[in-house]
Amino acid sequence: MTTTDAAAAADAHTAAADAHTPAASPVPAPLDGAKLKADFPLLTREINGQPIVYLDSAATSQKPHSVIAAMSDYYDRYNANVHRSAYFIAEQATTQTELARQKVRRFIGAAHTEEIIFTKNATEALNLVVNSWGRTNLANGDAVLLSLLEHHSNIVPWHILSAERNLELRWIPVGDDFQLDLSNLDELLEGVKVVAISAMSNVLGTLPPVSAIAEAAHERGAVVVCDACQFVPNRVCDVASLGADFVAFSGHKMCGPTGIGVLWGRRELLEEMPPFLGGGEMILDVSTEGFLPNTLPWKFEAGTPPIAEMVGLGAAVDYLSGVGMEAIAAYEEDLVAYAQKTLKDKFGDDIAIHGPADGPRGGSISFAYRDIHPHDVSQILDQYGVCVRAGHHCAKPLMKHLGAQATARASLYLYNTREDIDCLAEALSKASEIF
Amino acid sequence: MSGLEDLYREIILDHYRSPRNRGDLPCPPAHKGEGFNPLCGDDVVLYLLADGGVIADVKIGGNGCSISQASASMMSCAIMGKTFAEARAINEAFKNILSIPDVDSNGQDVGAGETGANQEVSLGDLQALQGVMKFPVRIKCATLGWNVLTDSLDELDSC
Repeated sequence: MTTTDAAAAADAHTAAADAHTPAASPVPAPLDGAKLKADFPLLTREINGQPIVYLDSAATSQKPHSVIAAMSDYYDRYNANVHRSAYFIAEQATTQTELARQKVRRFIGAAHTEEIIFTKNATEALNLVVNSWGRTNLANGDAVLLSLLEHHSNIVPWHILSAERNLELRWIPVGDDFQLDLSNLDELLEGVKVVAISAMSNVLGTLPPVSAIAEAAHERGAVVVCDACQFVPNRVCDVASLGADFVAFSGHKMCGPTGIGVLWGRRELLEEMPPFLGGGEMILDVSTEGFLPNTLPWKFEAGTPPIAEMVGLGAAVDYLSGVGMEAIAAYEEDLVAYAQKTLKDKFGDDIAIHGPADGPRGGSISFAYRDIHPHDVSQILDQYGVCVRAGHHCAKPLMKHLGAQATARASLYLYNTREDIDCLAEALSKASEIF
Repeated sequence: MSGLEDLYREIILDHYRSPRNRGDLPCPPAHKGEGFNPLCGDDVVLYLLADGGVIADVKIGGNGCSISQASASMMSCAIMGKTFAEARAINEAFKNILSIPDVDSNGQDVGAGETGANQEVSLGDLQALQGVMKFPVRIKCATLGWNVLTDSLDELDSC
């Protein structure tokens, strides 16, 4: 079926990539972004008469044909509600969505399938943790430790609860090297009930040492919430070794559709937590007096779930697994190093990259180019088919720390190539001609 | 490239590189208004010194992209020394060339009045900003300062 097709297609591409050794590259990459590009229908488009160069995957990734086909297949052949009826297509829909849950479990190394909660997106997953776990376990004046790298999704829910509970929000600072400054971690962790940290910055590409922070937090009895929105699509994610108690991510940044996200949580914590949203599917029984919540994971999945999106996410996991997450991570490390070198070599001091200069880092390259406003940079790049994000990237506390109102951000994924980076550099040089 | 010349006209780039009436005014007696574009972080601060229904002085603060800042600079030149009614008419005429109704933050039409009331208004250099029309995302940049003007005049009128 479609999922098998997806895996087969991805396998075929990996095999093709293995067979093809790029002559120009000094270090042969086991993955060929140019070949993978062909799996993504949108990447064959032209913008302003030029092939699209999509460099905004940190905002949302493009979708391979196999994901789009799997979702179409659901609507074409077995569109029915799940967990409700005994007829054939309803059972098929239920089977396929629960199969997607198992695929996600394997993909992130979770011990139990019922630890995989489907949500609307990572934002909803984090709000679920704050509203259910936080509301139950945090008392007036309790301390929460966040990092300055956080996306608004991992800040604002805590602010909202804080307005009610007068929480003390503490912040792990970011150093001049764009890494978390952990020199005062012991002090910061003193009396903290929960630590909420990103596993990969969507602005800087920084990879915080989540497992080390989690270990220190656990020694003090704190619970660790990890925003893995950028991490899961781009790195091998094993929740056991990551060490957090909750991990949130979105489907649409990992080749899947919008409208689906995942919360993974330790079963013993999830079992103790009250429901977040109430409605259908999340109950065992309802009477005029009250209700009995459903078992995990459905306790946290009120209402008809995003069925096509669950199926699509399953297909996305198949696709990424077929290519291989280790290969994807290695390919992106190589590509981001090439991008940093290319931009520095070409523009020197005219470009300032906000992010770790070397060593392992994610594929988000935020930069300031001369004194041209990021909004203008992205507008000019668009004329050359190059798509980059301009703005505060939903991380205003970090932007304030950087002293930047906005940055331009090019972010890479498995389908990007060195040629894409060359196009970015060429288009940037055109911006100088206007300003 | 097609379209970019329409967006980045020389007069616009000139106002961006050399913004007019840049700075601030003591408040009071001046009125201070501020507007943000939450999408890109641009902000425009507008200081108006009113003297008997006339805009006696204007200063512009804030930071942002070329379009938001150039548009605010050009606005400051256009409304300097004008009566509130004249400034509203210019505001409406300007937004008309970008096809946006002049509404306040509640969506109420607060334009100069009957349709066609501003047909006599000469926009001069401001006409250069019409190229923004080809780039719908940037219309918010071009109108940022003008929306602050609408709110500021409303507040001054209600004093």
